[in-house]
Amino acid sequence: MEPISRSTRDEAVIQIMPLIVRLSWRNLIHDRLRFVATVIGIVFSIVLVTVQMGLFLSFERMVTTMIDHAPADLWVVPLGTKCFEDPSLVDERERFRALSINGVTEALPIVIGFAQWRLPSGGTTPVFIVGSDLRAGGMQPWNLAAGSLADLAIPGAVAIDQSYFGRLGTKGLGASAEIRDQKVQVTAVTKGIRAFTTTPYVFTSLDRARAYVGTSPNKATYFLVRVDSNADVESIRGRLQAILSESEVLTPDEFRRRSRSFWLFGTGAGAALFAGALLGIIVGTVIVAQTLYSSTKDHLNEFATLRAVGASGMYIYKIIIIQALLSAIIGFCIAAGIGLTVVNATAESALPIIMTPGMSVGLFLLTVVMCVLSAISAIVQVMRIDPAVVFTR
Amino acid sequence: MILPVLEAVDIVKILGRGPSQVQALKGVSLSLAGGELMLLMGPSGSGKTTLLSILGCILSPSSGQIRVCGQTTASLQPEEMAKLRRDYLGFIFQSYHLFPTLTAVDNVQLALDVRGEASAPAIVKAKAALATVGLSHKTKSFPRELSHGEQQRVAIARAIVGNPSVILADEPTSALDSENGRAIMKVLAEIAKKQSCGVLVVTHDPRIVPFADRIVRIEDGRIVGEEGCGVGIK
Repeated sequence: MEPISRSTRDEAVIQIMPLIVRLSWRNLIHDRLRFVATVIGIVFSIVLVTVQMGLFLSFERMVTTMIDHAPADLWVVPLGTKCFEDPSLVDERERFRALSINGVTEALPIVIGFAQWRLPSGGTTPVFIVGSDLRAGGMQPWNLAAGSLADLAIPGAVAIDQSYFGRLGTKGLGASAEIRDQKVQVTAVTKGIRAFTTTPYVFTSLDRARAYVGTSPNKATYFLVRVDSNADVESIRGRLQAILSESEVLTPDEFRRRSRSFWLFGTGAGAALFAGALLGIIVGTVIVAQTLYSSTKDHLNEFATLRAVGASGMYIYKIIIIQALLSAIIGFCIAAGIGLTVVNATAESALPIIMTPGMSVGLFLLTVVMCVLSAISAIVQVMRIDPAVVFTR
Repeated sequence: MILPVLEAVDIVKILGRGPSQVQALKGVSLSLAGGELMLLMGPSGSGKTTLLSILGCILSPSSGQIRVCGQTTASLQPEEMAKLRRDYLGFIFQSYHLFPTLTAVDNVQLALDVRGEASAPAIVKAKAALATVGLSHKTKSFPRELSHGEQQRVAIARAIVGNPSVILADEPTSALDSENGRAIMKVLAEIAKKQSCGVLVVTHDPRIVPFADRIVRIEDGRIVGEEGCGVGIK
């Protein structure tokens, strides 16, 4: 039996397609250079949108990562707190007031703040201290890659993330350094706890955190409030708010929204990401529109012939829209491949780009909408065709 | 008496506006019967192409009436005109207007695809139409792989595949040598007779006169003469 050649196989595949799809496909690849330009335009556009939206998702997760992992039913935060990294202080008396409310089982203090980490090679780098009562199950580090939570009870013990080894000049577990002239030792290493501000998080006990950031012992940044499992959180929240004069009481969701709003929109970072994504969509739409328009212009005689032999307007529009959809599918597949490569390449970096199944579906729909919208200019052109030209050309 | 498949009654067509306005047709009436092959002859600028466009329901007349298989085209919207074309008319163009990216059989099938016919039976009909014009061995050839005569045969196959009542051909032999021209006209004459289809051929080409049942001469937008033997036309 003779082997089937590739071109014969390709032709067989093409023959299975409905004629209208075949015609659209061949119109599209008739000018290969233009088709390649179209696909590059779509790929460029979608990769740009993928990166921007992936960064946005990543930032969105990063700015709430501490809130997401805190075992709190309610947060007591200083009045006007904008985000988790906002290091204002509340008095310890607020904690006791909170504990006086019936249904509140715990109000764990958390101290956060910036400090200087002295590098073994000399010089310092800023770190973000997160201190809590680890024995009571406060703001503990998660995703431990080495060491244990119990080891954090050792005097001077800290936990850092492995992605910041280079920044902190350490080789990992057991390494020593100094924070505010006090010796620290890395006794636990986490994986994937990255900060939006790019300043490394350093987890430690509550007392040592106070010492590292210079906070007095009767102050804390937040109190993590836990309520009785049978209690009504909203009702407790109301009562807490009524007696806490210098603090606000937020649910985790409210604190997340506030943090996201501050970092992503208050700072303009989110707007910049959206602007980049919008730019990608505009560039992609213009490129696809331009190529579909010129492709349609090149095939005007054929469209006029179709119209003359009785094709409906819808049949002709379908050809153009199928061309747009084929471009969208091919462009999206290539862009998704590049996007996944970028996602994998940045997964272990300080700034990972995230792609979720929902985002992939959204990007595909965006590609389709972008390409179909691009077809409008071509459709408008086809609507003006006078089929009588077939007798004069 | 054989009923006409295509009738034009007192057709006037004014082209352009203002001072450049031209009356291209000045009250043209004619009719074409099923099974008849009619030649429409006349010098350049006589209004042949305008008349063909109106008879083909592509242009609307300024006044007068067109009837295709008894159905009047007056007040039809563009989409209704398109439906009339695909249901009753087949077209053959001077420069073939084949789709260069499609094979011969695809080009023919396209005329059925625009009617919404299912793919499998459409392919069978397209191959049969190509066999009728003697091209059953070239079904998979692209237009660039075919001679001019063969391309015109594919165009004829595309025109007849939907069993139209009327075929309108615009200078179908002008790009062909004598032998191919005669062969094409023979095919058209056979189709007219076998399928009881009215065939109207616009031409300058005197070589094809022997194939005509009737010759209508047009000059300066008017019918100036008819000759040949009719087949029951009034």
